[in-house]
Amino acid sequence: MTSKKYILGVFEDEDVLLDAIEKTRAAGTKIYDVFSPYPIHGIDDVLGIQRSRLPIVAFFCGLCGTSFALWMQIYMLGFDWPMIIGGKPHIALPSFIPVTFELTVLFAAFGMVITFFIISGLRPTLKVPVMDVRSTDDKYVMAIELKEGTDISKLNDLLRSNGAIEVNEKEVVK
Amino acid sequence: MITEERLSIPAGATKRFFYMIAIGLVLLVAGLIIAANFSGGHGEAHGAAAGHHAAGWGQRLLANLWLNNVYFTGIAVVGVLFVAIQYVAYAGWSVLIKRVPEALGSYLLVGGVIMLLVFLLPIIFTGHNTLFHWTDHSVHEVGNPNYDPIIVGKSGYLNIPFYVIRMVAYFTLWFLFFKWLRKESMAEDLNGGLDHYNKSIRLGATFLVVFGVTSSMSAWDWVLSIDTHWFSTMFGWYVFASWWVSGLAAITLTIIFLKQMGYMKMVTSNHLHDLGKFLFGFSIFWTYIWFSQFMLYWYANIPEEVIYFQERLGGNNNHYTWIFFFNLVINFAFPFLVLMTRDAKRQMIMLKIVCIAILIGHWFDFYLMIMPGTMRGESGFGLIEVGTALTFLGIFLLRFTKELSKASLVPVNHPFLEESIHHHV
Repeated sequence: MTSKKYILGVFEDEDVLLDAIEKTRAAGTKIYDVFSPYPIHGIDDVLGIQRSRLPIVAFFCGLCGTSFALWMQIYMLGFDWPMIIGGKPHIALPSFIPVTFELTVLFAAFGMVITFFIISGLRPTLKVPVMDVRSTDDKYVMAIELKEGTDISKLNDLLRSNGAIEVNEKEVVK
Repeated sequence: MITEERLSIPAGATKRFFYMIAIGLVLLVAGLIIAANFSGGHGEAHGAAAGHHAAGWGQRLLANLWLNNVYFTGIAVVGVLFVAIQYVAYAGWSVLIKRVPEALGSYLLVGGVIMLLVFLLPIIFTGHNTLFHWTDHSVHEVGNPNYDPIIVGKSGYLNIPFYVIRMVAYFTLWFLFFKWLRKESMAEDLNGGLDHYNKSIRLGATFLVVFGVTSSMSAWDWVLSIDTHWFSTMFGWYVFASWWVSGLAAITLTIIFLKQMGYMKMVTSNHLHDLGKFLFGFSIFWTYIWFSQFMLYWYANIPEEVIYFQERLGGNNNHYTWIFFFNLVINFAFPFLVLMTRDAKRQMIMLKIVCIAILIGHWFDFYLMIMPGTMRGESGFGLIEVGTALTFLGIFLLRFTKELSKASLVPVNHPFLEESIHHHV
C-alpha cells in the first residue's frame, strides 16, 4: 500500500485553465494530470504531451493484415485446395482484393486498440483514482503531485494567482 | 480588423499564359501536319481491314479537344461544388481559402462554348460526329447495313436535339450557380451582415441537388455515350470521383502557389492539412469506385460488358495496358503512400508533388475513358496531345487568374472568418 498526495487546483473556465497550465509549467512545476468533463482542444500542446505513435502501429498492423490475407487466399485457393471458380485462374488477384482490404482494416483496428490498452495499462483490475467528482460535471481539475519538501503554500499561491477557485489536498491510496 | 488582400497578377504571368496557348497551338498544328502526312493512307487501309472507322488526324484532334474540355470543365464545376458544400456544411475552416474554388468556375462559359462547337460543327459539316457513333444516322435506318437495333433502342435519350438541349442546360445551370454564389460572396465583402451568408446556404443546397443529377447525366452524355453499347451504373460516380479529386488538387495547388508568392499568409499548415486529408481520402474513394466497377465486370465476364475493359487491358494490341496500370499507380498508390503521414499533409512540398501527380494522373484517367472508344488502337501521346493540353491549360489559367484577381483573397465579412483564422487540427 503506497499512498501519494496531490494538490488539486479547481478551475471554472477552460481558457483560464489553459492559461494556468502554461504559467504553472513555466514556473517549473510538474503537472501530474488535468481532469476535465470533455476533451479540451489544444490541451495536449499546452501540457507538452507528445504526439501519439499509435499511427505507426496501425500501419504495421495493416501491413500484417494485407500480407496475411494475401497469403491465406493464395495458399488456400492456389495450393491447398485449388478450385476453378467462374473459369478464373486459381490465383485470381482481383477477387482477393475485397477480403484483403477487410483484413487490412480489421488488423489495423484491432492492433491499434490492443496496443492502446497495453500501453496505457487499461485492464479490468485497474483502479482509477477520482481526484474530484466535480471534474465529471462542470469543473476542471489540475493535479500536482506532492513530494517531500514541496512548499504547499507556494503552490497554493501559484494556483490561486492563476485563477483557481479552490485548492485542495488529496491522498490517493494505491 | 482583417483587411482585404488583392491578388495582382504580375504582367509576366498573363504573358506566360498567352505563350502557353501559342506554344500549344504551334505544337498542335505541327502534330496535325505530321499525323496527316504520315498516317493518312495507313489509317484508311487499316480501318477498312479491321472493319471500323479509320482514326485519322481529324478524329485525333476531335478526341483531344473533347478530352481536355471534359477534364477542365470538370475541374471548373468542382470549384462551384466545393463552395456549395462548404456553405451547406456550415464549414468554418475553409473560409480563408474559399475564394480559390469560387473563382475556378469561370472556365465554365468557355468550356460550354467549346464543347458545343466540338459536338455540333462536325455534325453540321459532315452529318455526324465521329466521336459519337450514335450520331451517325445510318445506324438508325432499318435495312441499312449499319443498322444497329441497340442504338435505336437508346435513341429516345441519345438523339442530337435532346443531347444539345441537355448540354446547354448543364452549362447554363452550372454557370448561373457559379455566378450567383460569386455575386453573394462579393456583395458580402461590401455589405457584411448575415443575409448574403444565408442566401448562399440556400443557393448551395439547391446546387447540390442540381449537381447530383447533372453530374451523373453529363458523365453519361459526354463520356459514357462514346462507348454507346456499353453501360455501367457506376459511371456517373466514376467520372465525378475523377473530377472531384482533380478539382481538389487544383484548389490545393493554387493555394500553395499563392502562398509561395506571398499571398494568403493566414492560411496555415492546419488548412493545408485538411486539404491534404481531402486529397488522400478522395484518392482512395476514386480507387474504390474504380475497383467496384472493374471487379464486377471482370468477375461476371459477360462479353457485352467486359469488352470495355478488354479494349483497355490487353485488347488493341496492348495499346492501353501500360496506361491502365499507370492510372492505378499514380492515382492510388502514389497519393496513398505519400500522403499517409500527418507531416506529409502539412508540408507544401509534399502536397505540391502529389497535386501535380494527381492532376496528370486524372488527365490520363480521362484519356483512358475517351481514347479507346474514339481512336481504337491508334491513339497516341505526342505533339497533338501535349499541344492541346497546353492550349487548354493556358485558356483555363487566363480565365481563372483573371477571376481570382477580381475580389479580395480574404472574404473580409464572412461570419466564420475568425473561426477559420484560428483553425487548428
